[in-house]
Amino acid sequence: MTDLADRRQMAYIAAQAADARVNVELEAEGMNLNIGPQHPATHGTLRIVVQLDGEQVIAADPMMGYMHRGYEKLSEVRTYPQVTTLINRIDWLGSFANEVPFILGAEQLMEIEAPPRARWIRTVLFELARIANLTLFLGDMGVQLGAVTPVFYAFRDREYIVNQIEAVTGGRFHPNFDRIGGLKDDLPAGWIADTKVALGEIRDFCDQMEDLLVGNEIFEARTRGIGVIPADVGLSYGLSGANIRGSGVDWDLRRDSPVGQGQGLAYNEVDWKVWTHPDGDSFARYWVRLQEVRESCRIVEQLLDGLPSGPIMAKVPRIIKVPAGEAYVATENPLGVMGYYIISQGGLEPFRVKIRSASFSNMSITPWLLKGAYVPDVITILASLYFILGDIDR
Amino acid sequence: MSTMVGTLFGAEFAYWQTSGFRLLMAFVAVLLPAGGTVYLYLFKMVSFMQSRLGPMEAGPYGTLQLVAELGKNVQKEDIIPAQADVFVFKAAPYVVLISTFLLVLVVPFGPDAVFADFDTGIFFALAVSSVSVIGILMAGWASASKYSLLGGLRAAGQLIAYELPLVLAVVGVVIQAGTLSVQGIVTSQAEGEIFGWGGVGNPFFLTQLVGFFIFMVAVQAELTQSPFDMPIAESELVAGYMTEYSGFRFLMFFIGEFATANIFAFLAASLFLGGWSLPPFVADALFADGNFSPWMNLVGPAVMGGKMLLLTFVIYWVRFTYPRFREDQLQSFAWKFLIPLALANIAVTGLLKVVF
Repeated sequence: MTDLADRRQMAYIAAQAADARVNVELEAEGMNLNIGPQHPATHGTLRIVVQLDGEQVIAADPMMGYMHRGYEKLSEVRTYPQVTTLINRIDWLGSFANEVPFILGAEQLMEIEAPPRARWIRTVLFELARIANLTLFLGDMGVQLGAVTPVFYAFRDREYIVNQIEAVTGGRFHPNFDRIGGLKDDLPAGWIADTKVALGEIRDFCDQMEDLLVGNEIFEARTRGIGVIPADVGLSYGLSGANIRGSGVDWDLRRDSPVGQGQGLAYNEVDWKVWTHPDGDSFARYWVRLQEVRESCRIVEQLLDGLPSGPIMAKVPRIIKVPAGEAYVATENPLGVMGYYIISQGGLEPFRVKIRSASFSNMSITPWLLKGAYVPDVITILASLYFILGDIDR
Repeated sequence: MSTMVGTLFGAEFAYWQTSGFRLLMAFVAVLLPAGGTVYLYLFKMVSFMQSRLGPMEAGPYGTLQLVAELGKNVQKEDIIPAQADVFVFKAAPYVVLISTFLLVLVVPFGPDAVFADFDTGIFFALAVSSVSVIGILMAGWASASKYSLLGGLRAAGQLIAYELPLVLAVVGVVIQAGTLSVQGIVTSQAEGEIFGWGGVGNPFFLTQLVGFFIFMVAVQAELTQSPFDMPIAESELVAGYMTEYSGFRFLMFFIGEFATANIFAFLAASLFLGGWSLPPFVADALFADGNFSPWMNLVGPAVMGGKMLLLTFVIYWVRFTYPRFREDQLQSFAWKFLIPLALANIAVTGLLKVVF
């Protein structure tokens, strides 16, 4: 990816950043612009205070917390099965994925293992949540860049996946389906065939996005070389998910953690690939997510083909009391690494739950990344970092 | 032909009658196509492109949606920001709309159906089209909003940059037609011949294909439509210079935007697609005087309407397909690509004009 145009873009960005630094040194009087908390580009209530010189950003300061709902504290007064109802609402586009690490953490503390069939179906739903989440990103990126049409296709085709999630769990947005020791129910009849059809639609959608956006000269001009995150900087800011894989770091907890490899999720049973991109720019992040949706389709199809039979629930006491102890379980969620640090003192409720959500950490790089960018690029960069407000302010 | 304006089908009309009729028709020529294209393309076509239905409730297939929108906007509260420069804030939409009405003056709709047949018609049109820049700058500055200011300044930079390819693209046509009058350009296309065959006249898009392309791209930018909609970029500047406007004033900007799209399409049709004239072999079969029969004053507007729909279809199609250029990218597109191309087009056209 180092043809002439790209290198020119990089040089241009470097020059921009240098200009911005000079301006800071001269203490040029800038204009403060509030992007948010009510703004079309923030999908909620994120507020970024940027200091502008002309259209160039001198300093950017994200202000979070407008949507803080206190889930960590609320979890302390709820029993373990009740907590999943709350944490469904953290990343509201891929809700099921929020439940999984918490349940796995509780299972670890109770030393219960879900039966194989439950593990496989859990993985299937986990991946469907990822598809439901990332398809919307693939369309939304177009809206942020001024192409309104892709997001309508995204909503249309995401509907197939949401319908499949609803068919199993009864909830389109908030499934609340994962249980300690397994799942609430088995798959309904005929679901596997329907899901394969839905996956076909998602594949068509990915091809469509590739035609509409990835192959579009304007899209490339707007995203290539914009918001470049070098791998070491990204790691030092704690980026995860496609944001760090877009910078060429081959790190995916589905493959690299014991939880993904059989202890709770069944990624070790299927043949799949972790996609990375060496560039680290907005285009790379988009491209990686596009490939991840396709890879998720592959994973789900393989899992559905080899679904083992057996019970859906392990033997679990009727009243769940988690023995005293501490557990941290992180999984590779649609937005990045999501982890729950659970401390139990042996009661019905967790003593303390710390939620490590992906968007909050991904957000932390914005002051570094936005420096020297133009206002239009601010939107590109924020869109490509892909955060969900519920995931930033739990 | 402009001397014959007072008579139609042999009947004489008084000055006040023709003036009143023209005034009425100016409103029709601006508002009717604006409403038509907004409903057809902005509401319906784009909905079908985006796999949705668009307005369906107001009237059959949502045909009365425009009335509903009008009612909605008229009854909205008229908000003027506390810090705004009130007079300039209020005047800005009128300036934009006036530019639209001035633009339609030179568009001919038939051999006699012209509002004003200036000898330098196209020059006048290109000059008044930039009046809207003043209105947009006024709106951006007077709103006392940072988003509006950024949008207004972006719009000013962009509209001035794309004024140049717009003018240069027209120069090729003017060289070929040998006149600056829009009516004259249409007539020369209707009477033109392709290697001695006058069956379809000589619409200039055949010879000025490059000019046509540049003109349409520049029109897209002049209208601040995607991919050149940086000034009103809704995902970053909320609505650019229109951010603080509500109710009827917003509606005026809205009408100005879409009416100008149609009038530029009218102009493009006149310059490149033969304007109101039918292909001569059709016109000759229909009327005794061919394209210059008085009946063409009635057929002409329909022909223009058809061509306008064709061109605005392309404008909206592009608008809803492409992402937007960044400000510097669209500037370099204008200065480094469109303007050199337009200059080369003029040179080649001039050369061929001398040779043939």
